[in-house]
Amino acid sequence: MKVGLFVPCYVDMFHPETGIATLELLERFGLSVEYPVDQTCCGQPMTNTGCEREAAKTEELFVRNFEKYDYVVTPSGSCTNQVRNNMTAIEQSDAVKHVRSRTYELVEFLHDVLKVDAFPWAEFPHRVALHNNCNTLRNLRIASMSERREEPFSKPKALLKMVRGIEFADLTRPDECCGFGGTFSVFEEGVSAKMGQDKVTDQLKSGAEYVTSSDSSCMMHQEGCARRMGANLKYIHIAQILNGARA
Amino acid sequence: MSGSREAILGAIRKNHVQGERARPAVPLFDQAAPFDLKALFQRSLERMGGRMLTPDATDPMAPVRQAIVKPGPVLSCVPEFEGDMKITPQTKPTDIAPVEYAVLRAAFGVAETGSLCFTEKQLHVNTTGFLPQHLVILLDPAQIVYNLHNAYQRPEWTQAHYAVFQSGPSATADIEGVLVHGAQGVRSLSVLFHPAS
Amino acid sequence: MTAELHEELTDPHADQLDHGAASSRPLKSRISEPQPRGAKIRGNRPVDQSEAANRFMAATEHEAMHDARLWDLRQKRDKEMHGIEEWEELRDLASGIKEHTLSKLDYYLELFEKNATANGIKVHWAKDGAEHNAIVLDILRSRGVELLIKSKSMLTEECGFREFMAKNNVEVIETDLGERIQQLDDEAPSHVVVPAVHKLRTDVASVFAKTIGSDPDNADAHYLTECQREATRPLILSAQAGMTGGNFVVAETGTFVVCTNEGNADLSANTPPLHIASIGIEKLIPGLDDLAVFIRLLSRSALGSPITQYTSHFRGPREGSEMHVVLVDNGRSERLGMEKFWPGLKCIRCGACMNTCPVFRRSGGLSYGATYAGPIGLIIDPTFNVHKYRNLPYSSTMNGSCTNVCPVKINIHEQIADWRRTLAGDGEISPVKKVMMKAAGEVLASPVVYRASLPLGRSALRHLPHFMLYNKLNTWGRKRDIPETPKQTFNEWYRKNRKQPGEGEKS
Repeated sequence: MKVGLFVPCYVDMFHPETGIATLELLERFGLSVEYPVDQTCCGQPMTNTGCEREAAKTEELFVRNFEKYDYVVTPSGSCTNQVRNNMTAIEQSDAVKHVRSRTYELVEFLHDVLKVDAFPWAEFPHRVALHNNCNTLRNLRIASMSERREEPFSKPKALLKMVRGIEFADLTRPDECCGFGGTFSVFEEGVSAKMGQDKVTDQLKSGAEYVTSSDSSCMMHQEGCARRMGANLKYIHIAQILNGARA
Repeated sequence: MSGSREAILGAIRKNHVQGERARPAVPLFDQAAPFDLKALFQRSLERMGGRMLTPDATDPMAPVRQAIVKPGPVLSCVPEFEGDMKITPQTKPTDIAPVEYAVLRAAFGVAETGSLCFTEKQLHVNTTGFLPQHLVILLDPAQIVYNLHNAYQRPEWTQAHYAVFQSGPSATADIEGVLVHGAQGVRSLSVLFHPAS
Repeated sequence: MTAELHEELTDPHADQLDHGAASSRPLKSRISEPQPRGAKIRGNRPVDQSEAANRFMAATEHEAMHDARLWDLRQKRDKEMHGIEEWEELRDLASGIKEHTLSKLDYYLELFEKNATANGIKVHWAKDGAEHNAIVLDILRSRGVELLIKSKSMLTEECGFREFMAKNNVEVIETDLGERIQQLDDEAPSHVVVPAVHKLRTDVASVFAKTIGSDPDNADAHYLTECQREATRPLILSAQAGMTGGNFVVAETGTFVVCTNEGNADLSANTPPLHIASIGIEKLIPGLDDLAVFIRLLSRSALGSPITQYTSHFRGPREGSEMHVVLVDNGRSERLGMEKFWPGLKCIRCGACMNTCPVFRRSGGLSYGATYAGPIGLIIDPTFNVHKYRNLPYSSTMNGSCTNVCPVKINIHEQIADWRRTLAGDGEISPVKKVMMKAAGEVLASPVVYRASLPLGRSALRHLPHFMLYNKLNTWGRKRDIPETPKQTFNEWYRKNRKQPGEGEKS
């Protein structure tokens, strides 16, 4: 199984440790993982804003970088959703279709494809609040959502439960969007920041020391709000916890 | 304006981009109906802000009399109870305005929602359901259906010109979510199980 | 976490009565503060929702109450959902019934007309708001009506009905408490179900003190509600005509159905000798079996109450009175032909998407500057005026909660994305967005340009991903700290620490 690693632009730039943890974690399972160094972005900022035409070349580049792999794995559900469900600015060739159907968010790849049943190296003796990115939750269906009458399930929680010492902190509005929303965070800054502050307040009230998520983008926004508010909360990507980070 | 009628229907016909979609069959969803619909009805009614009166075997109308605690005219639309006022062929809708209590019989009840159905047959003048300050309602327990699917199988819908489900009293919470009964319609609604004679 | 939440919400024993629009727990505002007003309307210029939202959030007591109140309705809705085993099946049915009806809308409209006419209802057809208003005025004038009582109707808001009637010397009295508050304050409803939900009790007290003479220092909800009841009742008794909307129209029986919690539609319809109902042509459903599905879903979705206190079925005039139905198109037949957007016509105006929308809860409904606010507004308003409402589809994080609470399964968040695509394609996009996205698209399409653009200079403004980078306003940093840039990017780390596959083509 040849796996291509996609490291989203903001992870590459601000959270290289998340990319490293993702790579190391996949390597622990004996996979051959490559990171095509000419990658940039999935095209989401443009698509998200409605500018499909402007996204086309970025999408083409993405496909060129990843068409040779059996799976594309990325530590971002939001980018996965873009590739799988919204990469429509370019002609749907076989290569495009292959890449789109084979791109997985890290948690669902571990849970659904590798069917991992243990992380013997992982121990995280902390109180952790889990945040699900909205695309990951409601479009990739990584967990059950409170809006629907369905059997409760959570893939990230199922994986985290295999980590020694971890304790979960419950939020009062676990499914509420944190207000990042891609370009929304810039164009609609006021509401975005208010939603972020409310999310941080909920996390603080839950008694969490750490917040974890399979999406860095939401956490970058939340962390930005938390720091400005002087909130004592730490943000860590789920890849790092599963890869054995202790703090 | 018949020109508009044709224009609208024409535009619709031109714009049917979706192709014909099949009509789903709606099940009755009543497999889980409990044997005792009275208990479920009572729970639902109370949830909606209505009140159940306790039957009195020796004096069936005593609970109705006891429910009438405020002074003012009592209008009875049922033969079982004698009020101060009766509906006559001359009664106008606005004549109901001074009524403090109206005593009515419901056509039937719905256990799922605690709803009572009235048509012009029970109301005589439709405003008897809304202009009085309070309602006291007789409901035949044999006339309770389990859910709304069952309710819409009843004959009233194609017999009456007007039919209403009243589920508890008039309620509003338009100011900061504070529940207030009697926004425009009745301030209270009490129900007595009483078989129709 | 979701599991625990589900369990908590399935508890059927409520601590207090919370039917109708009531909150499940007391939510009393603590202070009085001037009420923020809605979006500034400047002719046909695009509405700036964010500007109005920022003013709403600056009124912190209003924002906090609005958010808490609507979130509570969402939770009440969840609790009802857990009490109905067939909930998701009902949503499928509701969606299917609406899609079926819309696909044969001409047939069902004619069927309704035939059956209603046979029962003595006079059916009128109006292609737009102006024609609707003219039809109603004609009926009223010919009967010498000067005072009209009416229940809430979003359609009449679309038609600018009250303003029109005021110009033509017909006094219109709204009888829904929330709508009456808004009428007396000369403001549009901010929410389809709870029109005054953006107001605090003190705001209502000051409106009523000015208009119906209540005590300005008494902001008790019971007192204020009673004042309104007392002030409205004589008008109900003296009005010569009553008007309602219609939530559902049953074609096979010729019935239209109105749902209220206050009983005000029944009073409006049954007290005066003339009843006019204004109904959008998309409200049709085939039969009574179908109606059951919608009545079960409507109030549960809207307010978390099993049913509205009053569900009223009108099939013909009562003896000695007249009943008219005005079927209004106002853009609906055109929307039916919009490949991506016709499913918006399934909407039953429950407001569940507004209650759940995190942007709506923090912005207030008037910030949208349109008849329909919140998620459903974002996808409907541009069909009325694409230029004026072109910014609205951006007032969303596209989180998808709306789509999943929608009782008729409208793919709201997907349509928001489709609108953005449509607007950008048609040039209806703000220049700043266009320029930024064009630049971002060029940078991200080329690994070389992209790598060169990275924040190697480590200057504060450049410490952000591209779509933020090109924003000279640097809105990110106003209320959020900018992330620190690490010593090296992942790309740099990888090149140093791993054997690389062939470096792809450079562009």
